[in-house]
Amino acid sequence: MTNAVEQESIKVIVFQLADKEYAIPVSHVQGIEKLMHITRVPKTAKFVKGVINLRGVVTPIVDLRERFELPISEHEETTRIIIISLEDMEVGFVVDSANDVLDIPANSIEPQPEVVGSLGEEFISGVAKIDKRLLILLHLEKVLNPLK
Amino acid sequence: MEVNQYLEMFIEESKDHLQACSEHLLELEKNPDDLAIVGEIFRSAHTLKGMSATMGFEDLADLTHKMENVLDAIRNEKIHVTPEILDVVFESVDHLEEMVMDIANGGDGKRDVSSTVAQLKRIELGEYAIPEVVATTETPVIAVASVLEYDSFEQTVITQSVEQGFNAFEISVRLREDCLLKAARVFMVFEALEKDGDVIKSNPSVEKLEDEQFDQQFYVAFVTKESAEDIQKKIMKVSEVEEVVVATIETTVTAVASVLEYDSFEETVIAQSAEQGFNAFEISVRLREDCLLKAARVFMVFEILEKDGDVIKSNPSVDKLEDEQFDQQFYVAFVTKESAEDMQKKIMKVSEVEEVIVATIEEKQFSEKEQAIQEVTATATIEPEAKPATAPENTTPAPKPAKAAAPAKADKSHAPVGNKTIRVNIERLDILMNLFEELVIDRGRLQSISTEVNHGELNETVERMSRVMGDLQTIILTMRMVPVETVFNRFPKMIRQLSRDLNKKINLEIIGAETELDRTVIDEIGDPLVHLIRNSVDHGIENPTARLAKGKPEEGTVVLRAYHSGNYVFIEIEDDGAGINREKVLAKAISKGIVTQEQSYSMSDKQINELILASGFSTADVISDVSGRGVGLDVVKTTIESLGGNISIESTQDVGSIFSIQLPLTLSIISVMLVEIEKEIYAIPLSSIIETSIIRSSEIMNAHNQKVIDFRGKVVPLVFLEEIFEVPRKEPQVDEFHSVVIVRKGEKLAGLVVDSFIGQQEIVLKSLGNYLTNIFAISGATILGNGKVALIVDCNALIK
Repeated sequence: MTNAVEQESIKVIVFQLADKEYAIPVSHVQGIEKLMHITRVPKTAKFVKGVINLRGVVTPIVDLRERFELPISEHEETTRIIIISLEDMEVGFVVDSANDVLDIPANSIEPQPEVVGSLGEEFISGVAKIDKRLLILLHLEKVLNPLK
Repeated sequence: MEVNQYLEMFIEESKDHLQACSEHLLELEKNPDDLAIVGEIFRSAHTLKGMSATMGFEDLADLTHKMENVLDAIRNEKIHVTPEILDVVFESVDHLEEMVMDIANGGDGKRDVSSTVAQLKRIELGEYAIPEVVATTETPVIAVASVLEYDSFEQTVITQSVEQGFNAFEISVRLREDCLLKAARVFMVFEALEKDGDVIKSNPSVEKLEDEQFDQQFYVAFVTKESAEDIQKKIMKVSEVEEVVVATIETTVTAVASVLEYDSFEETVIAQSAEQGFNAFEISVRLREDCLLKAARVFMVFEILEKDGDVIKSNPSVDKLEDEQFDQQFYVAFVTKESAEDMQKKIMKVSEVEEVIVATIEEKQFSEKEQAIQEVTATATIEPEAKPATAPENTTPAPKPAKAAAPAKADKSHAPVGNKTIRVNIERLDILMNLFEELVIDRGRLQSISTEVNHGELNETVERMSRVMGDLQTIILTMRMVPVETVFNRFPKMIRQLSRDLNKKINLEIIGAETELDRTVIDEIGDPLVHLIRNSVDHGIENPTARLAKGKPEEGTVVLRAYHSGNYVFIEIEDDGAGINREKVLAKAISKGIVTQEQSYSMSDKQINELILASGFSTADVISDVSGRGVGLDVVKTTIESLGGNISIESTQDVGSIFSIQLPLTLSIISVMLVEIEKEIYAIPLSSIIETSIIRSSEIMNAHNQKVIDFRGKVVPLVFLEEIFEVPRKEPQVDEFHSVVIVRKGEKLAGLVVDSFIGQQEIVLKSLGNYLTNIFAISGATILGNGKVALIVDCNALIK
């Protein structure tokens, strides 16, 4: 890291999953929706919950808890669907809650430490420490990869 | 010049013209003495040349020009049509097609055609030594008068200038064929002129000239103090000007014969109407001097006219007429089924009309005009090789072919009667379709709301809206429909070429070319058909000796047939060739590991036939250039299935084969039956459904671990969607009755077991996106009236 990039920062959406905070760059986020009816699609991976009608567009939904093999919890009032767009795909992620938008200075992002809980390290592109919060930055390509 | 906006139109029209060329060439091959056909080809080629030159595709224009020369020589009976000549012309058309395709794909249309060009030249020169100058040496009267048309204002200007000692000239300027910057040359000519006098009028209009919307020649009316000779010399100084003719305008000219001047489009309209049995009239109407509301009278006249036919042109223009910018008289070109007499009487009924003269427009008139121009050109020019092809844009064929043209064109089966069409960008139709799809979803929602609310007036309104939307849907869908002819019409030429390459005699019959299909399907179906036809010709039809030995006629027949049936369009390719050698196919399939020896025993003839569609299959012993180039028929199968279609083969050895393709009429809105399993709703396309039925548990039988039922004497396997789709069920269903949807794939049936039927509905097909692909037995999704997503069952995947 040189001094030149010190001023740069990225805007991220912060969401909760189990007891950790994760972040996705705003540029990839199309919107955050409340939980709605999900139509199950048979014979797909377990973490694909199905599809929703997102204002006329049929959008697949992935449960991130199941994707990351975290303990499954019941959907609650705070549960949200974050709509991600990556390349030519639009996919919704089910998360425990999403309620924060933050600017992360580029220099606060570090490569992930050796051990970050149970989350498989291939999904992590880095971690950022802001105040006392630890944000895990997701590697979206890898999260969506196996189904491509 | 901004060409991009015209490029698309240019490509479309070029394709049309090239298609017309090929069709007529094939006709010409059958009747080599029919010069009317040559005239048709010439006309298409000529237009194409003009268009491509305007668009700056020099190679294209050049080759067309060479081809046109040959055609012209044929037309003037200087060369006789021989198969060799036709081969060369066909080759040129092929080249032209390639060029146009190249342009369409973003290329520059350049292509090495030197050998074809050389051949064309040889034909053109080889058969007749001296290119005759068409025009006679008679001194022409100043027939130039018919080139430019002056309205009363312009006439006054001319008369006044002449009175004031100016000379009024009509100048015809021809640029060199290879002129690159036509607009620039025009500008220079105008600049030269405007130094010495005033330009009163030009034909084509200045705007068109600036846009290069002209061939090589344009006409200018000009008043000046200079002499004709000086003016001519001055203009000749502009480079790339080939010829300048300056003629004096006689002020006494009362242009009665040439009251109306027609551009090529109008000429075509008139000529076509005449072919379709309409009369084309030039009507001159004079109002009374004391007429007060001239515009109103004009309006009444037009109203009468438009009841009985179409007004093609008026002089002064309609705008001017409405603004009363005319004296007492106006002229109208008009096509109708009525007689001249009737029209005259009808118009005379309008009050304050003093005189009505109805004259028939004869096609001859155009050609005469054309000839007149040619004469002028020929006499005034210094160069001896004035070619008739340099006559102004889009001339109708010379009188001789024109006469013979009538019967030839009359048997064109698809001549639309008075059809008015516009070209619409397919993207706009797609947008329209998308918007309509949104409406269909909302309609579904409204319908479910109105059923819940059960309010009389609401129900009524929703019902009426649904009906109107049904009609709207039909219209939108038919708007996207294109006759399969657009695909079929390339095949005659292909068959001709193939039969030459393979030394086989083949007759192609096309049936049902008017059958319509969705544009999207049309775009996709071309290549598979080419493949299948090549296959039939190469592997199906035997060579003449083999055919004779089998007691068949020497000439093989390939029938290309299209027809509607239900929600599908069927396209069949039938040949009376060798048929499929099933033993050979089986042996090959087994050797390639496509099927096993054991499997082969239980296979039906049809299944064996269809093995040739399996990937990695080619039965021709010798790999020929025509088919079997590594891409097998499996590609055909995949393409057709991706369109939601199906292909099946029937074949009898030594009798022939039929390849039958089934295609959906449209791809985006389909009728489905909604069914429920536990709480999940699935949609089954109505087109796959034969019927629904309720069966008792006791009717279910077991055969080889497969549950089957006896359905109208047939053993039909049952497919429990609940199992296939792994529907989570809290408690197992115990019901004596089962709801079964009987679906089919080709001739095979299956019974889909569901919990209950919900009903029939029109739905909009939506894709599941790029994340979820290749989901077993699901072909897509749709949004229901309640806003939820329902999945569409792919019955083809469920029937093995």
